[in-house]
Amino acid sequence: MEKVGIVGYGAYVPRYRIKAEEIARVWGKNGKSISAGLGVYEKSVPSMDEDTATISVEAARRAIKFSGVDPTEIGAVYVGSESHPYAVKPTATIVGEAIGATPDMTAADYEFACKAGTAAIQTCMGLVKSDMIKYGMAIGADVSQAAPGDALEYAASAGGAAYIIGKDNIIAEINETVSYTTDTPDFWRREGEPYPGHGERFTGEPAYFKQVLSATKKLMDKMGTKPSDYDYVVFHQPNGKFPMRAAKRLGFSKEQVEEGLLCPIIGNTYSGSTMIGLSAVLDVAKPGDRILATSYGSGAGSDSFDITVTDKIEGYPRNNIRKMIENKVYVDYALYMKYRGEFK
Amino acid sequence: MGIARYWREIPQRYNLIGTKCGSCGRVYFPPKAICPVCRRKSIGKMEEYKLKGTGTVETYTIIYTPPPHFEGEEPYAIALIKMDEGCYLMGEIVDCDFEDIHIGMKVEACFRRIEEDGTRGAIQYGYKFKKAE
Repeated sequence: MEKVGIVGYGAYVPRYRIKAEEIARVWGKNGKSISAGLGVYEKSVPSMDEDTATISVEAARRAIKFSGVDPTEIGAVYVGSESHPYAVKPTATIVGEAIGATPDMTAADYEFACKAGTAAIQTCMGLVKSDMIKYGMAIGADVSQAAPGDALEYAASAGGAAYIIGKDNIIAEINETVSYTTDTPDFWRREGEPYPGHGERFTGEPAYFKQVLSATKKLMDKMGTKPSDYDYVVFHQPNGKFPMRAAKRLGFSKEQVEEGLLCPIIGNTYSGSTMIGLSAVLDVAKPGDRILATSYGSGAGSDSFDITVTDKIEGYPRNNIRKMIENKVYVDYALYMKYRGEFK
Repeated sequence: MGIARYWREIPQRYNLIGTKCGSCGRVYFPPKAICPVCRRKSIGKMEEYKLKGTGTVETYTIIYTPPPHFEGEEPYAIALIKMDEGCYLMGEIVDCDFEDIHIGMKVEACFRRIEEDGTRGAIQYGYKFKKAE
């Protein structure tokens, strides 16, 4: 079987931050105990002129610049998000045009709560493996919505990552991918509604943990591997606690999770979450390192990936995402609401 | 701005596509059909040219009283930027504290929302600038 994998990647997180304590102050909650309980201390906030399309373009342009891939050779662009700027009109055409990949390409927007971006990676893998395209670009990005005062508000943030999938000059080979999908209504947003609703505690055990643990176990069974065979593991990060708990239950150590765990400092970037986390791991990984990454999308499903870093990673420009995250400016709750366009 | 005009200008707005005179090598943005220096010698020799997106702040101002479409976004910085290819263009500087903006500052283009036609109309995207990485 011919190898398929990551040829390039780029991630983007907006510059503004709000502290969980500041949100708690407005709603009369104890910020310290909320931060400690969720494992989220601050989250990224998009500027007034940023949305899923602009974040996707910034991430995609970084992936092109770092990898040196000729954008006209990208035959597919898929953007996964639950906050596409239009209800009807693709984000993917905006991205395709802005990276110079149009017009000889196919494109579509994906939606599967927080795992639409990893579903896009799987689609690109299929198209590349079957030689329908040379390179495919898969993006996961969001400017997440949360109702003011809702528990989601402490984490719902903005960011995204883009991956170029192909067969040539692979910096990280995707050895295998499996999925686990069920109809589990733990989190949703109805058509025309501005904010999502959720099933409170129901989002944990039967939703997140059931899918994430099942997909990850299924992948390891298929590969004949155990947790200690991996150098890093990345899970979807709705908060700082869930991925740590998933890791512990599967037998991974805290150290294997930490490098890719960004939720405590940027919040939950929804469709960007697993993909930005994986980019942080690739930023520091060495040739031969093995990575396990499992996304989660409410509704519900998980995609799990077994990845081996190749020698080509050495020549790839790295140390990007954590550096970008360090460049931040705090806003208060009123400015945060203004930037999000909440004042009508 | 009408949809047709926005659509026509997408190459320049998204990717800074200008023109280069095949006679003297000068780069123009927005694109020109004829080089104002070489005039008839440039006919048929004007080629599409993608600017690198990097340049230097030549001068700037902070807008406190914006035109109607940009109300609510003030204050914001607008700069005249000399692109590395030699042409000038006007653009907003984002993600930069006003006290850090200065003449001679190196900037690079980024992709942002420019304006939208109400909540029902199309969203227009294009270039803005931020401090060079």
